[in-house]
Amino acid sequence: MKDVPAMEFDPDLTISNTRRQFLTSAASGLGGLALAAALDGDGLLSANSASGASVGVNPLAPRAPHFAPRAKNCIFIFMEGAPSQADLFDPKPKLNELNGQKLPDSLVKNVRFAFLKKDTATILGTKRKFSKHGQCGMELSELIPHLGSVADDLLLVRSMHTDQFNHHPGQLLMQCGRASFGLPCMGSWLTYGLGSESQNLPGYIVLTAGRGSSGGASLWQSGFLPSVYSGVLFRNSGETVLNLQNPAGLPSPLQRKGLDVLAQVNRQRLEQMHDPEIANRIASYELAFRMQSAAPELIDLSGETQATQDLYGVDRKEPDLKAHRGGGPGQFRSFATNCLLARRMVERGVRFVNIIHASWDHHSNLDTELPFNSEMADQPIAALIKDLKQRGLLDETLVVWASEFGRTPLGENRGGSESVTGRDHHPYAFSIFMAGGGVRGGQVYGETDEIGWAPVKDPVHVNDFQATLLHLFGIDHLRLTHRFQGRDFRLTDVAGEVVEPWKL
Amino acid sequence: MAERMLQRVVSLSRWSPLAAMVVAVYSAVALHGMVFAQRVAAAEAVDFARDVAPIFAELCYQCHGPDKQESGLRLDQRAAVFKGGDTGPLFVAGSSKTSELVHRVSAADDERMPPPGPTSKALSAEQVARIAAWIDAGAPWPESVAGSSHWSFQPVARPEPPAVKDGGWARTPIDRFVLAPLEARGVAPSPEADRYTLIKRLSYDLIGLPPTLAEVDAFVGDIAPDAYERLVDRLLDSPHFGERWGRHWLDMARYADSDGYEKDNARPDAWRYRDWVIDAVNSDLPLDRFTIEQLAGDLVDGATPLTRLATAFHRQTLTNTEGGADQEQFRVEAIFDRVATTGSVWLGLTVGCAQCHTHKYDPISHEEYYRLFAFFNNADETDGDAPLAGEALVKWDAERAAAERKLRELTPKLEKTRAELAAGVPEWESELKGSGSAPLQFHPVELVAVESSAGAEFKQFSDGSYLVTGKTPEVDKYTITARSDLAEVTGFRIEVLAHPSLGGHGPGRTEHGNFVLSEFRAFAAPTREFKDDHRVKIAAAEADFSQGGFPPANAFDGKEPTGWAVGSQEGRDHAIVLMAKEPIRGEQTPWLQLVLSQNHGLKHTLGRFRVSAVTGRDPLFGLPKNVRDILAIKPEMRTAEQTIVLVDYRVSQDKQSRELADDIQKQRERLAARPEMRVRVLAERNDKRRASHILHRGDFLQPDAEVRPGTLAALPPLQPRGEAADRLDLARWLTDPRHPLTARVTVNHLWANLFGRGIVKTPGDFGVRGERPTHPELLDWLASELVARGWSRKAMIRLIVSSAAYRQSSAVRAELVEADPLNDWLHRQNRYRVEGEIVRDLSLSVAGLLSPKIGGPSVFPPLPPGIAELSYANNFKWKTSEGEDRYRRAMYTFFKRTAPHPTLTTFDCPDANTTCLERQTSNTPLQALTTLNNDAFVDAARALARRLLAAPVKDDQERLAQGLRWCIARPPSGDELAAFAGLLADSRRWYGEHGEEVKSLVDDGPSGGAAATGAAPAEVAAWTATARIMLNLDEFLTRE
Repeated sequence: MKDVPAMEFDPDLTISNTRRQFLTSAASGLGGLALAAALDGDGLLSANSASGASVGVNPLAPRAPHFAPRAKNCIFIFMEGAPSQADLFDPKPKLNELNGQKLPDSLVKNVRFAFLKKDTATILGTKRKFSKHGQCGMELSELIPHLGSVADDLLLVRSMHTDQFNHHPGQLLMQCGRASFGLPCMGSWLTYGLGSESQNLPGYIVLTAGRGSSGGASLWQSGFLPSVYSGVLFRNSGETVLNLQNPAGLPSPLQRKGLDVLAQVNRQRLEQMHDPEIANRIASYELAFRMQSAAPELIDLSGETQATQDLYGVDRKEPDLKAHRGGGPGQFRSFATNCLLARRMVERGVRFVNIIHASWDHHSNLDTELPFNSEMADQPIAALIKDLKQRGLLDETLVVWASEFGRTPLGENRGGSESVTGRDHHPYAFSIFMAGGGVRGGQVYGETDEIGWAPVKDPVHVNDFQATLLHLFGIDHLRLTHRFQGRDFRLTDVAGEVVEPWKL
Repeated sequence: MAERMLQRVVSLSRWSPLAAMVVAVYSAVALHGMVFAQRVAAAEAVDFARDVAPIFAELCYQCHGPDKQESGLRLDQRAAVFKGGDTGPLFVAGSSKTSELVHRVSAADDERMPPPGPTSKALSAEQVARIAAWIDAGAPWPESVAGSSHWSFQPVARPEPPAVKDGGWARTPIDRFVLAPLEARGVAPSPEADRYTLIKRLSYDLIGLPPTLAEVDAFVGDIAPDAYERLVDRLLDSPHFGERWGRHWLDMARYADSDGYEKDNARPDAWRYRDWVIDAVNSDLPLDRFTIEQLAGDLVDGATPLTRLATAFHRQTLTNTEGGADQEQFRVEAIFDRVATTGSVWLGLTVGCAQCHTHKYDPISHEEYYRLFAFFNNADETDGDAPLAGEALVKWDAERAAAERKLRELTPKLEKTRAELAAGVPEWESELKGSGSAPLQFHPVELVAVESSAGAEFKQFSDGSYLVTGKTPEVDKYTITARSDLAEVTGFRIEVLAHPSLGGHGPGRTEHGNFVLSEFRAFAAPTREFKDDHRVKIAAAEADFSQGGFPPANAFDGKEPTGWAVGSQEGRDHAIVLMAKEPIRGEQTPWLQLVLSQNHGLKHTLGRFRVSAVTGRDPLFGLPKNVRDILAIKPEMRTAEQTIVLVDYRVSQDKQSRELADDIQKQRERLAARPEMRVRVLAERNDKRRASHILHRGDFLQPDAEVRPGTLAALPPLQPRGEAADRLDLARWLTDPRHPLTARVTVNHLWANLFGRGIVKTPGDFGVRGERPTHPELLDWLASELVARGWSRKAMIRLIVSSAAYRQSSAVRAELVEADPLNDWLHRQNRYRVEGEIVRDLSLSVAGLLSPKIGGPSVFPPLPPGIAELSYANNFKWKTSEGEDRYRRAMYTFFKRTAPHPTLTTFDCPDANTTCLERQTSNTPLQALTTLNNDAFVDAARALARRLLAAPVKDDQERLAQGLRWCIARPPSGDELAAFAGLLADSRRWYGEHGEEVKSLVDDGPSGGAAATGAAPAEVAAWTATARIMLNLDEFLTRE
C-alpha cells in the first residue's frame, strides 16, 4: 500500500455531515427551509414531500417517532404460502372428532375456495399432538418444541383474518396493507417514518431462502415512496449485496484512491453548480465504500461462538426430503443462518429485517412437508428469541412470524379427488406470533370456533396487526402518510385499530 | 374499532351466524399534513377555485361533500353553499365577521369544525383568513362547466403572452410567460448555459445518448445563427428519438415482458407493442391519433393490423394465472387498471379512486366510474396478427433478399441440368430397355432350415409357407437356408400370407396383424457356409402394397429402424419382390441364405410367409408406376407433360440435380414465410355482450344497477357516433380540442420530460388535491398550441427546447434558494440524474460498446446470479444473450415483473405493475455500487480504456482530456486533469507491481481484446481503473 497515497477523503463528509453542512451553510442558505420542508411538526416526513420538497436532506436520517416507542427494530419472518395453523398453533380437538365429515351446506354456501370442491370436501383432522408450554400453558403442536421453550415470550394470535385468498394478492395485503401494486411495504414505511440507525448498512434488508415467492420483488418494493426506502436484498453466502465486490483485479486501496478522485472532482462541480444532490452523491459513494467492508463482516459468522451457532442449529443435519416443495439441500443451514444474521443486523442498527421463506403452500403432502419446514424453522427462531433476550435486545426488537393467510380445516380434494393429503387456502382465520418489541409474551390472543373456521373472539384484521406494529414503533398509523395522486396513503389503507392488549 | 370490526365481520358472516350484516362505510383517509404551496398575497384578488375550494375539499367534503351531507350541509356545489345547512345560511356575502362558517372553522374545540379527533386537523389561521377574504370579496363562485369550478375543468383559454421588459431575452412566446412573473418578482432569468452543456442537455433529453466529440466540436464551432435549431432537428430526426420518448410513453403504458402476479409467465410478443410506440414516436404520429389508436385501434375506420396492435396499450395489464384464481375477478381487475390508467394518462385525474365510492374531492361519481368501466367491459383480450417490426423485420427482409439472390443463382443451374437430363432421355430409355427383358417367374426353393433368433417356432404347410408359432418376441430375425437348382436367380419374392390363427388374421404377429420387415439380406454360396462376400446386392424392390412411410425400398436400405409394412391392409396376402443387382449363377452358388430382420419391436414380426426365387428380368422394375406407364408409351406418342414427368424422375435420381432442386424448394419456403407474429390485443366483443353494472364497493361479486358507457358530467358531453357509445367515442372525446384536460395533461408530460418537473407537479392529478400549475397561462397557451400544431409531439418539443427558458443554465442560484427552492418560478433549468436505462446506455456508449440496433425481441444482458431464482418456484430461466445483444440499450432488457433486472430497479425504473407518470430520482449507495462494480459498467470501463489507448493523442494529459470530454463534453479543468493524472499514476504504480491483478482486471470478461491496443497489460489495467472513475462522475450521469 506504500505507493498509494494515504486516504485523502475527509472522513467528516458522511451523509449526516453533508446534510449538516448544507443545512448550516450560510452561502447556500438552504438550511431552515429544506429542514422545514422535510420535517413536519411531528418530526416525521410530511405528506407533501411527493413534490420533492426534501431537497438536500438525507432521506434516511433518523427521525423521532410520534410518541415513545417500544420497539426500534423488527425481524419479520414471512412464511410464504400459508402454514397450517391447525397443525401448528390452533389445537381443535373437534376437528379430529369430525374428521371425514362434511360441513353443513349452510356453512360453505357462500364461501369461495381456490381448489377445494365444496360438495364433497370433508373435515381433515390433524395428526399432531398439542401440549402446554411455559408458565402460561400455551398450547403448541409437537412440530415446534423449541418455540414451546420460549412460549412465555410469545404473543400468539389465533384470530387473524384477511380479505384475499390468492397468494400474491394476500402477500401484498400483508406487506403493503392492501392488495394493490405500487404501494410501499411495511419495511419501507418504517424506514420512511423513522430513518435508519445504521451508518454502514441499509435500513431495510431482505433475506430469502429456498425457492422464490409468489410476490417476488414486489414484497420489498417501496411503491410510490422513493426507492431509497426499498428493501435491499442480502444473500447469506457469496456476494452479500449485489455489486458489492470490486471488480476482480481492483484492490481496495485503488478503490479508495478512485473514490477520492471522484469526490474531489464532484466537489468541484458542486462548487460550480451548488446542487446539493451532488453532495448526496458524494455521500452515497462513501456509504457504498463503507458497506463494502460492513456487509461482508456482517455475514462472516467466524466471530460467533460454536455455542451460538449450535443454538441456532446452523450445522444441524437436514432430513433427506426430496419434496417438490421446500426440500432441497441446504434449507436448514440457510434458514438458521438467516436467523443468526438477522440478530447481527439488528445489533448493527438495521431497522427492518425481512426473512422470507417460500414453500408452505401445502395443498398436498402436508404430513411430510410441514414437519420438514417446521423442523427447519423451529429451532432457529426459538434461538433467535433466546439470543436476543440474553443480549438485552429483545425488548427493543419485535420478532414476527406471519404469512398471508391460513389453511382450511377441510381437506383439499382438488378436482373432487378422494385422496386428501393437504389443505386449501383459508383467509377467514389464521395464526401469527410475535415476541419482544413491547408485546406481552405468554399470551394467546383471540379464539376461533370449534373447528377453527373463523374467529369467535377478538378478530384481528391484517390492517389491525399493521396498526399495532407501527404503534409499537411509536408511530400513529393514521399520521404516517404520504400523498400520492391526491390521496394520503398509509400502511393500514382505510382501516386498522391498535390492539391494546398486545402491549406490555 | 367497532365500525371497522363490523366491516370485517361481514366477510366472516358468510359462515359465522354471530356476525351482523352491516353496510360498510368507507372510513376517511387521513386528513393532515397538507401544506399549501400557494400563498395568497394580500394584494392579490381572491380566487375561489385556487384559494378556497381546496380547503373545502381537503377538510370538509368528508362530512359535507358529495357522499355525506351532515346537518344538511354540502360544500361542493354553489347553490348548496349559499343555502347553508339545517341551522341556516353560512354567511352573508361581503361580511365575514358575522359568518357562521368563519366562526365554526376558527372556534374553540367544543364548537370547532372539523370536530377534533385523532385524524382531524383544524384549519390554519391562514386558511381561515382566506375564507374570510373570499366572503368579504362577495363570495365569488365562478360559473363553471357542469358544476365544477376547479381550474382544470375550465375550457383551455389561449392567453396572450404577457408584455415583458426584457423583450430581447424571449426567443418564443413561452419565454414571456416565464419572464413576466420573474420580472414582477424582480428576478432575472439565469444566463444561457454554455454550448457544451446545451448539446449535452439536448442529446440526453432527445435521444438519451451522449454527443460524440465531433458533434460537440461541430456545434461549439458553428457560429451560424441557426446552429442550435439544426442541432435540434438532427436529434429529432434521429431514430433514437423514438427510443427515448417511446420509453417515456412505455412508463405510462406499464409495459413489461411478463404477466405479473405469482406465475408471471413471459410474454414473448410484448416487444411488438414497444416497437409500435418507437415507430409512432419517430414518425410523429399526431398525439390525438396516437391516443385513438391505442384506445380503439380495432374500431377505427380502415383498421389495420398495426392499429389493432396499438390496442396492446391496454394489454399491458397484469394476468393472474395463479391456481385457483377466479378468472372473472382478475378480468375485472384488469379493467379497473384500464380505467385508472386511462384516467391518469389522459385526464390527469385519479379516476381509480371512484372504484369503491364517489370520489372524495373531484367530480367523479361512483356511477360515472362504472360508465367509464363499461367502455372497456366488452373489450376482449385476444390475439391478433401484426406485421413484424424492427430487427425481426430487418432480419426477415435480409433473409428474403438472400433467398431471392440464391434463387436467381440456382434456378439457371437447375434449368441447365434439367435440359441435359431431358436431352438424355432417349439414351437413358434405350439403355434401360436395351439390357433385354424376360418375364419374371417365381420358383419354389428347396428349404433346408428355418430358424428364429428369438426362439419362435415354425410350422410348414404343404404349400411351402411357414406359420410362425410359439412365443411371440418383441423383435425377431428369421434365417432361411435353401438350395436352388435354377441356372440363374435374379431376385427373391417373399409372400406374407394371412392365416386365421394370427391376430387380425396376419400376416404379422401383432394383435392387428401388421408386421415390419426391417431388413432383407440374401447370400449365395457354393457350400452351406455363408460369408460376407457371398452377400447378394439388392437393386430394387416392389410390393403389391405398402403402408405410408414404410415403402419396399426400406427393406434393403441397410437401416434397421426403417422397413416395409402393410398397415391398413392387414388380414390379406401381400408380397414383396427384391431384385438382385447381378444375377446369381445357380451352378456355382446353389446354396442360398435369406435373412428377414424384423426389428421394429412391439411384436411386429411375420406370422406366415413363403419365399420364392425369381427368374427373368424387367428393365423397368422398381420405377414408379407413373414413370413405367409413360415409358410403355412410344416416345413420339408422349405428351409434353409426360416427358416432364420423365425428366422430373431423372432429376430425382441425379444427385446433383436433386440437391439443386431441394435447395430451390428451401429458398421458396423462406420466401413464403409470412412476416407476421401473434400479439396480444383488445377486440370488441360482438356476441354475448356483457352488461355493465355498478359494483358495490368495487366487488365483482356485488353488481348493482346497470350502467351504459358514458363520461363525466363535469366535462364536455360525449358525442357518440351511434346509439351506444364505444371505445372509439371515448378516444375521440378525449382528443376533442374542446376537452379541457387532455391537451393540458399532455403538454405537461412533454414539459416534465424537458425540465424534470411539470408545470403541474402532480402529472397524474389535475384534480382538486393536485398541485396547481406554477404557470397556468403558459400551460394553457401550450395546450392550445398543441392543438394548433396538429398534436405534433416533435413540433411541441422543438418549440419548448427552442425557448430561452429551456436554454438557461441549471446552476443553483444561492440568492434564490430560499425564495424559490424548488425552482417553481423557472428561474433556471433543473439538474437531475438520468433515468436508469440511460445511466447504462451512457456508459456503454462512450465505451463504444453500445449496439445501435433499434427494436426487436427483448434481450437478456448478463444478470447477477440469484435474481431469476427469486421468481415464483424458480419458474424462470434467464438465457443470457450473446454478442451485441449484451450491449443493447437498456430499454430492450427483458422486463420480468416479479424479478426485474436489478440494474434497472436500482435506478428507479418503474415496476410496470401500474402506470407510472413520474419516476423517482433517488440517490443511493446501491447505485454507486452498480456503476462502480457491476459487470456491464466494468466492461464499459475496460472498453473505454482500450478506446482511449487507441486514440491518436500525444500524451497522458491529452488522453485523459479526451476520456473526460467523451463523458462530459466540455474540456476538463486543470484541477480535474491533475486529479485524474494522480489516479492514473497511482494505478500504474500499483499494476506495475501486481501482475496477477493486471491479469484479472484486463483479461476478465467478454470484451477482452486488450492486446489489440498494443499497450502493455499493466498499462491497460491502469487506464481501466482510471476510466472507471470517469464513468462515475456526477456530471456524466446528470442531465444539467
